[in-house]
Formats: sequence, C-alpha cells, structure tokens
Amino acid sequence: MPGAVVEEHTHAGELTVEVRTDRILEAVRALKDGATQFSRLSGVTCADFPDEPSRFRLAYHLHSLQSGRRVRLRIWAGGLDPEVDSVTSVWPGAEWQEREVYDQFGVRFRGNPDLCRILNPLDWDGHPLRRDYPIGGEAVEFTDAV
Amino acid sequence: MSATDRESTFPLAMEGREALVAASREGRPLTPTERAIAQVEALTPQEAAERTISNEMLADRRPGSREPLIINLGPNHPSTHGVLRLIVELDGEIVRDLTPVVGYLHTGIEKQCENKTWWQAITCVTRMDYLAPFANIHAYTMAVETLLDMDIPPRAEWIRVLLSELNRLASHLVFLGTSGLEMGAMSVFFYCYRERDEVLDLFEMVSGERMNHLYFQVGGCAEDLPEGFLERLTRLLAQMPGRIDEYEALLTANPIWIDRLKGIGVIPAEQLLGLGITGPTLRAAGVPFDLRKSQPYSGYEYFQFDVPTEIAGDSYARYLVRVREMRESVKIMQQVIDGLPGGPVQSDDRKVVLPPHEELAYSMEALIHHFKLVTEGFMVPEGEAYATVESPRGEMGCYVVSDGGPKPYRVHMRDPSFVNLQALRPLAKGGYLADLIAIIATLDPVMGGVDR
Repeated sequence: MPGAVVEEHTHAGELTVEVRTDRILEAVRALKDGATQFSRLSGVTCADFPDEPSRFRLAYHLHSLQSGRRVRLRIWAGGLDPEVDSVTSVWPGAEWQEREVYDQFGVRFRGNPDLCRILNPLDWDGHPLRRDYPIGGEAVEFTDAV
Repeated sequence: MSATDRESTFPLAMEGREALVAASREGRPLTPTERAIAQVEALTPQEAAERTISNEMLADRRPGSREPLIINLGPNHPSTHGVLRLIVELDGEIVRDLTPVVGYLHTGIEKQCENKTWWQAITCVTRMDYLAPFANIHAYTMAVETLLDMDIPPRAEWIRVLLSELNRLASHLVFLGTSGLEMGAMSVFFYCYRERDEVLDLFEMVSGERMNHLYFQVGGCAEDLPEGFLERLTRLLAQMPGRIDEYEALLTANPIWIDRLKGIGVIPAEQLLGLGITGPTLRAAGVPFDLRKSQPYSGYEYFQFDVPTEIAGDSYARYLVRVREMRESVKIMQQVIDGLPGGPVQSDDRKVVLPPHEELAYSMEALIHHFKLVTEGFMVPEGEAYATVESPRGEMGCYVVSDGGPKPYRVHMRDPSFVNLQALRPLAKGGYLADLIAIIATLDPVMGGVDR
C-alpha cells in the first residue's frame, strides 16, 4: 500500500499504524487477506481531540487468530460532518461498534447498513462522548406534584 | 410542546416519533432499526382496533398471502436476560426477521470515567458486566498497568487468576440457572444459585462486596486474602465436581432439554468470526480461541487446563462448553491454591499504590504520598493501550487513552455481550419463536455490559 501509511510506532509493546483516512478500507483488506492474516476485528472505537485539526481519532484493533498478534490501525476524521468508510463489508460485526461511535461521537460511516443511534435515545441531541459535551447536562423537569 | 400537543400532531407512540425526528434532522431515510421501531410503535390502540381484520377477511385469504405479525418482545420480559428489546416479525410461529433494540441500561459509564481519577474509574468499570465484575476491572487495570509499564508481584497475579476463575464459575452458574428457568427447568435454578451464593459469600470475604467489587487495583490487589478464605474455597472446590454432576444429571440427558436446545441456533464458524463473536459461543462452533491460552496474561501459562470445544455450534453445544468450562475453572483454582506464592500483593511503586496503612503513623513521606494519591490521583504517561482478558462471555477489551494527567482521557470497553448480541439475528432468523428464547439464553448476553 504505497502512500497509505502515515506513521508507524510501537508504544508500551503495542504496534500502532496510522493510515490515511481515505485508505482505511484498502488497509484493512490488505491486512486481513495478506500474509499478516489479521482475520479478526476486535474493536472499533474513537477518541476526541478538539484541538487537533481533525478532531476524531478512530482506532481499529485487529487480531490474528493464527499468530495471536495484534495491531492498532488509526485514522483521523474531522470537519463539520466527519465521515469515514465503514468496514462492515469486511467484518459485518463492525456494524454495532460503528453505530456506537456514530452515536457517541457523531462520526458517520459510509456504507454502514444501519447507521442510527444505538445506546442513546434515537432523537438524542448531541454526541455525549465528545469532550465539549457537558457532564450532567440534562435539565430535569420537576412537576409541582411531589 | 406539552404532552397533549405532541399526541395531536403525531399519532405515534414516543419511540416511533423519536425515529422520525432523528431521520428528519439529518435528512436521511429511516435505517432498518429505526423503521422497525417506527413500525411497531406506529399504531395507537384505537388505530389497531380499527385495523383488526375480521373473520370473513381471514377466510377470504389464500395461503401464503398472510401479513407478518409484528410483536414487541421486551424491554421488560422475563426471558430476555434483562432489558433487551426485540422487535420480532412473525409468520405464524416462525421468526421471519428480528431487530434487537438495546440501550435501555445505558448509563454513560465511559463518559463518567473521563471525569474520575484513574483510581476512581474502577468504581465505574466494575459495574458494566455485572456478572463478571472481576473481568471488567482486570482488563481495565491491565490496560493502565501497560501504560505505566508496571510489574505486578506474582502473588497478586495469582490472586487475580483465582478470582477471575471464581467469577467465571459464578457467571456460568447464573447462565445455567437462568437458562434452565427460561426452558422450564425450574429446579436447576435452585441448585445453581445455591452454589453461586456460596461464591458470592467468598467474594464478600475478599472485597466486602457481593457484586461490583473494587478488589483489583492498579498495581495489584487492594488487600491480601483474608484469613479462612482459602480453607472455605477449598471446601467449595471439593464439592463442586459433584455439584456439576448434579446439574448434568438434571439436564445433559434430559429429553426435553435436548429437544429444546439440540440443532437450535447454528451458523457457520466463519460467519461467527466475521461477526466478531468470541467466548463459549465461538468455541461451541469448533474454534478453540481462548485468550487464556493464545495470549496468556497474569500467569495463565503456568496452569494446566483444557479449552473445551464442541463442533455442533448449536445451543446444546454452547451449554456443554460452559459446563465443561466450570470444571476447568475448578481445576485452575485448585492449582492456584496449591502453588500460591507468598510475598506482597501490591507493587511497591509509591507514586501509584497507596502506602500500607500502618506506615502512615510514623512516615512523613508515606503521609505525603497518601495525601497526593487520594486528593489528586496518580499520573499515567501519555499514550494509549488496549488490554484484553477472557471474560466468561468472551474477549473483554479495554482501550485507554491518557494525556499524561490524573484522569483517563478516554476509556472504552469492548464488551463481549455487546458484540456477541449481533449474532442473535442470524441465529434466530427462520426458527421458531420458542427457539429464540433458547438462543438468547445460550448466547448469555448481560445487558449491563451491552449498554454500559
């Protein structure tokens, strides 16, 4: 994959590979079907860095059943309407985890067959795991009758 | 907008309206899940009464032209293991389609963790998968320890293994008892809960709490095992093989149990892997994937045990795998008791671990460390880590991100129940409604873990 890898480092014994956001699908396909045999997707998750140019850092944890090795793929997503490619075509099991990221961070996944909220109520306002989302921010409506 | 206004503008029940609001806000069509929710919620009782099909209409219809019956199972239903809601499309008794709706137990634990110190966050993570609290904290503390590059004393590691296995035993006992209850085998529930109660008593001895323990800490365990614990555990372990025989005598060759479970809920192992399924469900389909063997952590490599697998991949195989795992857990615990090393149960890194209580009386330095740790918490170097343990339900992963401060920047738990629940739809599609209950039972999701 020439040009897809932005950075590669090992920290605390874990290999992290940062790839270009538009090449993620290509990267996971190559890692899954290539000699590395990262056949299993363990998890998809995200962290929010509001001060970065692209604020959402997504992490894909891949695992090889054959060798037991793990790798973390990292991409950044930003802008007003952050959107990345869904990996559900490679691993159908990514569906709910991508829905969770969409629900909590507002990152959309192009190609996810059922991209709606999963943990919060369907019409919830905002994305709670963003760093600028206030904690305890819900006004409670008390009635006069106790 | 008051409640009555809402009803007059939208003749929809609450959640059907929510689905429409969400889709119109983003200007997109309803997704399959939203459509299912809107569909099941769309009819008010009055509308439903108007649309009731008369007997003449039914007689007029040709076979095969039936409309599906959409029923809403849960979120409060005795057979769905907590607040799981299923929108089921039925043709007679055949499940044509089903849509799981989760989130009813969502408490924002991951958000809560970001506002606690690394140490306090343990209080939150232990409450997620409430049947496997030790697995939750184990994954979390291992991830934090990876970032801190910390060594844990061997005695602490062995105690962690001991309690994780005891937890696996308790969790599988709940699985067996409640599954029996759901299949109509009432007595097995009482047998299982008798032993589970004994296990909870042991947990209480160790941590002071019967559930949601705070016993594992970053750097080791909170305290050493209390006096009399190992003797009491040894007594329980001596009884357990006989007790497991009792459960098996009730179920394994029971024709009703076999009828309800054999051949129910099978999909190929390849598909299970694609869906990310782990734990007993995957092992029952012939894939011997167990993190305790493939990536030994906390010293699992020192113990002799088998990873039970089956090839059928049906609900009965999942039951058999769990029963045999209980026997293996008993074996592991016996080995821990026989070879438990001495020494401290906590790391001696005073920047992370609280000083021993008696030291506070004479050491100024210990007092300062204690004060700093309690008021501010310990610092974790910048970076990210992902630690996984084999929980009773599969791969429990914890992803932590640190910005170098005293609070986690991000804590994410990859909960096996959440991922495994995705298999419910392919497993149950095309089967009977009654089999759906058997499949939920043997998938064994814990909704506290699913919704977090």
